[in-house]
Amino acid sequence: MDKQLYMLKINNLKASIEGNKILTGINLDVKPGEVHAIMGPNGSGKSTLSSVIAGREEYEVEDGTIDFDGESIMDLSPEERAHKGIFLSFQYPIEIPGVSVSNFLKTSLNESRKAQGLEPMPAGDLLKMMREKMELLEIKKGFLSRSLNQGFSGGEKKRNEIFQMAMLEPKLAILDETDSGLDIDALRIVANGVNKLKSKDNATVLITHYQRLLDYIVPDFVHVLYNGRIVKSGTKDLAHELEEKGYDWIIKEAEQL
Amino acid sequence: MNLKDKLIQAFQETESTLSFQKERKDSMRRLEEFGFPTVKDEEWKYTNLLPIIKNEYALSASESLISKNLLDEYILTETETNVIAFVNGQFSQELSNIDTEKITLCPLSLAEKTHSTVVQNYWGKALPEHPDSLVALNTALSKEGVFVHVPKNTVAERPIQIVYFTTNISSDLFLQTRNLVVVEENAQVQITERHQNIDQKEVFTNTVTEIFAQDNSLIDFYKIQNDKRNCSLIDNTWVKQGKNCTCTVDTFSFGGKFIRNNLSFLLEGQYSESNMRGITLIGVNQLVDHHTLVDHAVANCQSNEMYKGIFDDNAKGVFNGKVMVRPDSQKTNAFQSNNNLLLTDSASIDTKPQLEIYADDVACSHGCTVGQLDDDALFYLRSRGIPFKEAQAMLMYAFANDVLSNVKIPELKQKLNRIIAEKLGVQIDIEV
Repeated sequence: MDKQLYMLKINNLKASIEGNKILTGINLDVKPGEVHAIMGPNGSGKSTLSSVIAGREEYEVEDGTIDFDGESIMDLSPEERAHKGIFLSFQYPIEIPGVSVSNFLKTSLNESRKAQGLEPMPAGDLLKMMREKMELLEIKKGFLSRSLNQGFSGGEKKRNEIFQMAMLEPKLAILDETDSGLDIDALRIVANGVNKLKSKDNATVLITHYQRLLDYIVPDFVHVLYNGRIVKSGTKDLAHELEEKGYDWIIKEAEQL
Repeated sequence: MNLKDKLIQAFQETESTLSFQKERKDSMRRLEEFGFPTVKDEEWKYTNLLPIIKNEYALSASESLISKNLLDEYILTETETNVIAFVNGQFSQELSNIDTEKITLCPLSLAEKTHSTVVQNYWGKALPEHPDSLVALNTALSKEGVFVHVPKNTVAERPIQIVYFTTNISSDLFLQTRNLVVVEENAQVQITERHQNIDQKEVFTNTVTEIFAQDNSLIDFYKIQNDKRNCSLIDNTWVKQGKNCTCTVDTFSFGGKFIRNNLSFLLEGQYSESNMRGITLIGVNQLVDHHTLVDHAVANCQSNEMYKGIFDDNAKGVFNGKVMVRPDSQKTNAFQSNNNLLLTDSASIDTKPQLEIYADDVACSHGCTVGQLDDDALFYLRSRGIPFKEAQAMLMYAFANDVLSNVKIPELKQKLNRIIAEKLGVQIDIEV
């Protein structure tokens, strides 16, 4: 198959941090329009995988390749990857006192536009866009002028992540444990937002520990990560099986290989 | 001739023409006896004055002019203010724009004639009995500066802007400037001050400001230290507070090669508040030293201190925050924080809280941190497409924001934002 059909193609990816091998050979192909879920027990390397795709420099990539839209992104900085359309929703969004949500978004959006050779978005258009996307995520007025994530509840932080995603309109969204710390209403709002943002041209990778999120955002593929590699892939039925039987049977299966 | 001898000689030559002869003579004697401080003095342990004082300086310069356009670069222009400007140590009528009915704003030399009683009553009275040699030197030799008098029940509606320029000087220059600010009962004033060299020659300024905050007064004093890299500044500010008054001195240090701030508050009346805050943002071959002192001489007062420092390249910072709570000063609240970011391995900060508490029913706290920019936060911003340099800048803004957000003059806040953006070499527009 022509590799151009893939948006994200990860081949035999091995990565470590401070000498500890975390990823031991990941293979993952994501096409436009697809939703992939990556599940796995704690410590299996899920968050590392998302960080490495987004370009976190503390991780050392020892082997393998990551291609995005048919080109290697291995040498790109996190901001260059963002400019190409990769978005990572953080499990623990960082609090930045003194930088308002609106200023942050303005800077973020306009830096991406600049990288694409576009003029900054006119202030009026930007505000209009913010309002639309806020509505989508049921975000209240006054939110824009608050300091980024400072004093936000767990739910507000996650909603803010998806709000940023809605504003930046990435090709590939990696949502790292977006469901953690969310009550059922917040989960519904966040999932609803993600679903509405889906299109045939973008793709989503959900990283999650629990099957719960997958009731709201239905994946096309489910992968189980264990010891730094994908040990099993399947459809959404695999997620249900995990919910019922836990991870032990997969771990056993994997260790017998 | 070394600098000390030169100063002594200059004093002998002009002594007979100056006011406050006894005070000046006593002060000169202190300089003669103790000389300039060295790193052997505890108060100057981390800041070496020697390279500054071993230079050859002229002690005065001839009158000169700068253009109004140039002035505008260094002042707030959109806010209605009163501007008092000096060039080469001399009052400049052309640059000053003073329109006051209710308050007095004029050169100190003039006030000695027009407001002689006030000057007689206050000049030198905020200073300690045994000042250090630099304050003593200023007392002995200073001839000019700003006089601000805000009478009882008066609110100075326009902020006052003080600018000391130097330009067209024929040799390196050592200046003594002297400000006297008297704010009477129920009076209010906002003041900004900066020293600005335009010349290629070096300028070393040793300045003393005395501020008297009488009962129920409100004073905001902003020091903008963004001089050329060939300048050194020793800024001695002494504040004396009466009852139920609030005095704030904020210091923004970006420029110059050598800055030593000695800022002291004496709380003599109950229920008063002293605030001192600072942002220091410096780089290659720059030094900024903040020495603060709050003397809680009476009960029921509050002091708040917040200094933020960002040090790049081989910049050097010093912070020494002394808080004195006298035995009868119960119910004192004294808070101090000093947070620092070191952006490189060769930048340094020596920071020391110094709390002397002799009362037993008080709330005093201090905290100091030295760290780097948070990698997680940097990655977060970069993953949103914000380039490394801008991401760093954003985090530095965030770090300094607690101080900046307290600036009460909106145009000044904008100007400081711009100076910071320029210093950081970014074009992001951050307002909160």
